[in-house]
Amino acid sequence: MNLNFWLPILMLSSSFFTGLIIFFLKEESSRFRTTLNLFGAVFKVVAVHYMAYRLLVLDHVHQVSFTMGLGFDFVLRVDFLSLMFLALSSNLWLVTTLYAVGYLEGSPNRSRFFGFFSLCVTACTGIALAGNLITFFIFYEFLTLVTYPLVVHRETKVALDAGRTYLWYTILGGTLLFLGVVWLQVIAGPLDFIDTGALENLGPDHHFFLGVIFFILIMGLGVKAALVPLHGWLPVAMAAPAPVSALLHAVAVVKAGAFGIVRVVFDVFGRDFAGLLGLLGPLAVAASITIIYGSLRALSQTDLKKRLAYSTVSQISYITLGAAVIASFSTVGAIVHLVHQGIMKITLFFCAGNFAETLGLHNIRDLKGVARRMPVTAAMFTLAAFGMIGIPPMAGFISKWYLGIGALDGGSAWVLAILVASSLLNAAYFLPVIHCMWLERPAGEFKTIRPSRFEAPWTLLVPPMFTAGAALSAGLFADWNWSPLGLARQIAFGMGVYP
Amino acid sequence: MAGLLILIPFAGAILCFVFPENIKRYTGLVCAALTFAASAVLFGDIYRNGPVRLDLGGWTSPLGIGLCVDGLSVLFILLTGIVGLLISIYSVSFFSQKSNQSMAGHFWPIWLFLWGSLNSLFFVSDIFNAYVVMELVSISAAALAALSGTSISLTAALRYFLMAMAASMAFLLGVGFIYAQTGLLDMYMIGSAADKGFLMAMALGLMTVGLIIKTALFPFHFWLPPAHGEAPAPVSAILSALVIKGSFYLLVRIWFTVFQGSAVCSQAASLIGILGLIAVIWGSYQAIVQNRLKQIVAYSSIGQIGYLFLLFPLVMTAHDPTWKVQAWTACVFQAFSHGLAKAALFLAAGSLIQASGTDNLRSMRNIADRLPMTTFTLALAGVSLMGLPPSGGFVAKWMLLQSILASGQWWLAAAPILGGLLTAAYIFRILSQTFVSDDQKFCFGNVSFIMEKSALLLALFSILIGFRANEVIFLLSERVCFSITGGLMP
Repeated sequence: MNLNFWLPILMLSSSFFTGLIIFFLKEESSRFRTTLNLFGAVFKVVAVHYMAYRLLVLDHVHQVSFTMGLGFDFVLRVDFLSLMFLALSSNLWLVTTLYAVGYLEGSPNRSRFFGFFSLCVTACTGIALAGNLITFFIFYEFLTLVTYPLVVHRETKVALDAGRTYLWYTILGGTLLFLGVVWLQVIAGPLDFIDTGALENLGPDHHFFLGVIFFILIMGLGVKAALVPLHGWLPVAMAAPAPVSALLHAVAVVKAGAFGIVRVVFDVFGRDFAGLLGLLGPLAVAASITIIYGSLRALSQTDLKKRLAYSTVSQISYITLGAAVIASFSTVGAIVHLVHQGIMKITLFFCAGNFAETLGLHNIRDLKGVARRMPVTAAMFTLAAFGMIGIPPMAGFISKWYLGIGALDGGSAWVLAILVASSLLNAAYFLPVIHCMWLERPAGEFKTIRPSRFEAPWTLLVPPMFTAGAALSAGLFADWNWSPLGLARQIAFGMGVYP
Repeated sequence: MAGLLILIPFAGAILCFVFPENIKRYTGLVCAALTFAASAVLFGDIYRNGPVRLDLGGWTSPLGIGLCVDGLSVLFILLTGIVGLLISIYSVSFFSQKSNQSMAGHFWPIWLFLWGSLNSLFFVSDIFNAYVVMELVSISAAALAALSGTSISLTAALRYFLMAMAASMAFLLGVGFIYAQTGLLDMYMIGSAADKGFLMAMALGLMTVGLIIKTALFPFHFWLPPAHGEAPAPVSAILSALVIKGSFYLLVRIWFTVFQGSAVCSQAASLIGILGLIAVIWGSYQAIVQNRLKQIVAYSSIGQIGYLFLLFPLVMTAHDPTWKVQAWTACVFQAFSHGLAKAALFLAAGSLIQASGTDNLRSMRNIADRLPMTTFTLALAGVSLMGLPPSGGFVAKWMLLQSILASGQWWLAAAPILGGLLTAAYIFRILSQTFVSDDQKFCFGNVSFIMEKSALLLALFSILIGFRANEVIFLLSERVCFSITGGLMP
């Protein structure tokens, strides 16, 4: 019982208990709630960085495991991949909390909102820490449960319908995942993520069923990862408040699905073994279809948040695509895009939320000349959008670069074509928005809904500045050993994949 | 200790009967606490020292009443103890409300009597006494169902009583067949003496049908929703969480102790499994289309009970003992988590009725603000029923699915998969109402703190038992008087 045991537990409880306490706070005690929230978030960030230091520098293995009987093991284990996801979720939780405090100021049911918000991050942390599929599944389902109240937070008819759609998709996905995980366990026993390769030793009689299980698992995870045609819930779930959309798209739900796919491909089946079974080709095709389809749908959206939603559908599948190409460079691209997509997309949502909250602008046409009124927000939006398109030196360029090299390296040149096409489409749906914001004349005076000293309340301005800065520096300092790219390279090229 | 578990509730029932109204409920509560304590002590004792046999009054087997306590009985005893105690605490507050005061006088004696009979049922070691205590359970349960005295509940209770009587007759006939064939009544002796002739098969069939009717397995479920849905909240909780578990327990005993899982019955086992599967789907579907909270919860019982019956085909057909243990654990976990969660739901429904005067789903709007505890209870119990992690229901579904896949009867997998989806549908139908704020205000009364808390505790337990699978596995594999993997004990 030392820090190697307690750090993962602390990591979970820092947001779990924060959430529980917040539920029982009175609606009016907003100052205490904010303090508690920020304290929990800061604590978690510090703990994650300390753990990163212990893992990367001191080489400590952080593991918590106990058996619940008959091969039913609960395992938390920190490897490089968990660390990346943890760092992403804890940092973004902090900024999103700050943003949400400003965004929801004075609106009803805030205790409920922030309570579930904290539980949602707990679920993400658990997903990151999970050391085997069972533990992963436990937190994955927990995530479904605690995000539902966030989606229906506004309590309007639209929100409730969105919530119902969301639930149906995710519960169906969860059930499929349940079936897949149990089936795999019956065949192969409890597979810790560190036991990659155990499936290879099962022998060829099992190969057919392993393929079926892989298909079921990917279907189950694909719902959250919004693989076409399982993406239907995502644009609908835009009815949620902006901080929720931001978190859902950047770290929580969508990313949990993508993270799960990465885990299944790399750590359960093993990339090469999955390739041997011929499972990765179809996965790559599905991901490519999703990328193109998402971008095409994004083109025709006039609502800014909707456009961003379809853009998420497309962008998140880069991760799946990278995982499905058998080349280490693609692996790097996939893993690093987990982080890069998160920080870029959350910036875009913050900015969209700022436009909606301070000026009441939702439609892209209304954004004409908005840069004159809100230059900082518009600048952040532009930075992040450039990143999404893949313009150097933004983070998105790094991801696409590695994905592209990987595609050539792995002998799937057609993937490169998909990447180019997708980048063009990205440009086609982001550049008009940017053009509209900076270069067109405003149609009239902007109506300010929330007056403040700066262009927007500072709690709404600081978070996008921070994340846009992060997206820029992740690109600029990509070569640093401990940048997201540095870690991703270590994972893919095997330098201490599992310390 | 086993004797005390029967003595305390029976004595309490008599005391409650003669005592005046105002101290009745405290007598009842003290007896409930004592019984629970005795259950806990007995559980610890069996866990450490293994099964116990004792003969009441020193009379040995053919003449006296033999009791046998093993790991399986003690698990059900513990379930009854926990649920019983919390329901009793709830009832103290519930029956002191003005509208329910008139029922209190009858509730306490009958409830304690029922508790004593249930405990006896879990201890009983010969089949004739099993018949007797099962009658006691049925009679007191039917009396409780009629407690509120409205014409709907009287009709429901009468129907329940008639079904239970018919079932008892079938069971008694089975007992007669066995006695005629072997001259034995002791559960543990019949197994070794029995030849597997036609008469024995008939006996098993009759007893099984009788017990299936009492457990409300599809297609004999029709008496359950009115009887459980119309009774006062604590009574619904008792009937749903405990009483149907009693007859299920006896069925398991008959199959695996008396007949020791003989291979003759494998088709019958498959049939029961398929009925269980249909029950899961039909019951859950019926729950979706109901409009009142208590009716939803009552129909959900039919579905949840269905899972229990998958035990029979799984244990009968599996070859690997590990998967049999898995199936047993799944079954016991299902019984446990259903008992706790269902009691929590019914009690929460009672609180809701107390507050708003109705349990129509629309009345649940705004309750998140007014009754946060009750909302929380509904959510937690719902999670357990849906089988989402980390609840007890999740462990049950997990092990059930594992053992289904391992035994190769893949069609049974529809039960945990489809059942889980349908359950999610009706649970979220309830929960989504709590997120709506409505202008149409129901007049909200106050609900006592104790009522909300005891329901919440039950729901919490139904989640927390998910972490204690090892103890259950140990009790089932090391502390039972029969071989749970089938075949004769050495």
